[in-house]
Amino acid sequence: KSNQKVIQKHSLISPTSKGDKILLHFINQSGVKITTSVTEGASLLEVVINKNLDISGFGACEGTLACSTCHLIFDENVYKNLEPIADEELDMLDLAYGLTKTSRLGCQVCVQKWMDGMTVRVPRDVKDLRNVKESAENQ
Amino acid sequence: MSSVVIEEKPVKMNMRSLRAVKPLERFLSARCVGTRAHGVRKLSSTSGSYPLVCIVGGGPAGFYTAQHLLKSHPDIHVDIYERLPIPFGLVRFGVAPDHPEVKNVINTFTQTAQHKHCCFFGNVNIGRDVSVKELQEAYHAVVLSYGAEANRRLGIPGEDLLGVYSAKDFVGWYNGVPCNKDLQPDLSSDTAVILGQGNVALDVARMLLSPLDILKKTDVTQPSLEALAASHVHKVLIVGRRGPLQMACTIKELREMVNLPGTKPDMVTAEFEGIAEALKELPRPRKRLTELLLKAAQGSAGSAQATRQWGFRFLRSPVEIRPSSDVTRTAGIRLAVNRLEGSGENAQAVPTGEVEDLQCGLVINSIGYRSLPIDATVPFDPHKAVIPNTVGRVEQVAGLYCSGWVKRGPTGVIATTMNDSFDTARALLQDIEAGLLKLSTKKLGSKAIVTLLEKRGVNSVSFLEWEKINAEEVKRGGRAGKPREKLLDVEEMIKIAKT
Repeated sequence: KSNQKVIQKHSLISPTSKGDKILLHFINQSGVKITTSVTEGASLLEVVINKNLDISGFGACEGTLACSTCHLIFDENVYKNLEPIADEELDMLDLAYGLTKTSRLGCQVCVQKWMDGMTVRVPRDVKDLRNVKESAENQ
Repeated sequence: MSSVVIEEKPVKMNMRSLRAVKPLERFLSARCVGTRAHGVRKLSSTSGSYPLVCIVGGGPAGFYTAQHLLKSHPDIHVDIYERLPIPFGLVRFGVAPDHPEVKNVINTFTQTAQHKHCCFFGNVNIGRDVSVKELQEAYHAVVLSYGAEANRRLGIPGEDLLGVYSAKDFVGWYNGVPCNKDLQPDLSSDTAVILGQGNVALDVARMLLSPLDILKKTDVTQPSLEALAASHVHKVLIVGRRGPLQMACTIKELREMVNLPGTKPDMVTAEFEGIAEALKELPRPRKRLTELLLKAAQGSAGSAQATRQWGFRFLRSPVEIRPSSDVTRTAGIRLAVNRLEGSGENAQAVPTGEVEDLQCGLVINSIGYRSLPIDATVPFDPHKAVIPNTVGRVEQVAGLYCSGWVKRGPTGVIATTMNDSFDTARALLQDIEAGLLKLSTKKLGSKAIVTLLEKRGVNSVSFLEWEKINAEEVKRGGRAGKPREKLLDVEEMIKIAKT
């Protein structure tokens, strides 16, 4: 699939344009792959919410940059073509569980045609090592 | 999967207003349709073989635990007991008035409460009105999510002088916690000292120094707004035991201080020696936080016309709060000077023997909240002030679980509590699957508890009744240009609930 970047300002998207269907794959916290088909323009948070995708606790602050629960991990070649990240997003992203070098907040990334076929991941449910230690101490 | 059409509309790339559309869709399958009459529907909930679970505490931990249970198990019934007539805990009473976006979680909690298998009982004090043992008799599992209602004390002379308050009480005061409404903090002096450098400390600093035209549009209570309008506090020092690299607050809150209109930073340059050099070794979150801190320290932030100042002071521990000459109020604080042993997040503060005195009339102790034991039958670790547990399973008590601050201690943001609550819910669900919760035993659930409450003269408040209180608060707030005007009196809340 071509990863050619389509330069398009979001405010120019006409309300009546029916873009091509864009296929997105989400891998949730349990490793389950969820595939959905969307039109461009919505944020990835809106996609998860509106399509009722099975990702726990996604988007607690409803897209207002007041939490990090819409944290998504991108493939390197997609990540580098995303719109630049603003300080406000970085501030919240810095607190995200399982932060990686290709992490973004889903509420700040809008679907574009060139993302067709991309896969995004939510950090895997990893048993918190502190729980293991605490349980050993409490025994 | 249902195909939901995303409305195609121009999406303006304004970061802060990028809102999720219709979070309500999330729970489409579980939406309560038809009768939600509290008494009629719920009194008959007894169990055949479906799990009956109750949760003690109607804050984020309680609601996130309930949410995960309800989503994961088609037949589970979850009742939430909350001491106050109204739900949401620290989302309502802890999150600062000028952080309304953080409170958006209330929407998802509201849907959880409206789930047909979920029932909210406000104004019920577990431990006093009903015992944990009685809950265990009525339910297959009990989850303790009652948080941290006390605070860590400084343990120094002068701590109980007029002018000294815990951050818990001060925050409770401006956020309308009924038992804090008569705090009447003394805001008559020029300088305030906040002990602790976490996000709560910064919230307090911001509330003390924010321009009134920002505050008056928030849900800060009216009496607090009037007191802050009359406040003489112009300088706020935020004091920490350790150094700049151990500061516990996060960058969003620091940025808000740096950008606070009408204020400028006032720091001691010497306290930042060696910090710039340490930057390159730091992980990104700490690095960005420290860079912003250095920028503020160099005085390149804040407006020239600023009449109010704020600053950090590092390597200082409180040893005594000093009274005025007539011994009626606070006049100053004596601080021990520390040095650091070790580096990074685990560095320790060690006293040098030197002391320093600061003049101030207001001291806010923001060194942490603290949980209390609920009941003699529930294990409690008095040193760590948490319920001993393994992944939320209370040690040595089958069928008893915990989530949130009472489980892991009073730190972290709402998302931390969310993940923690999901962990507890998962453990509970595993135990159901493993047959550990004796679902074949018939339990009476809320029917038993409501009977006890009626016998004991306790008037519980349903979620529908909370919505009446909510509507009244929003109505009163609307008149003043605020999102809500919080009711401050439990009796008044109940009166409105029962109209």
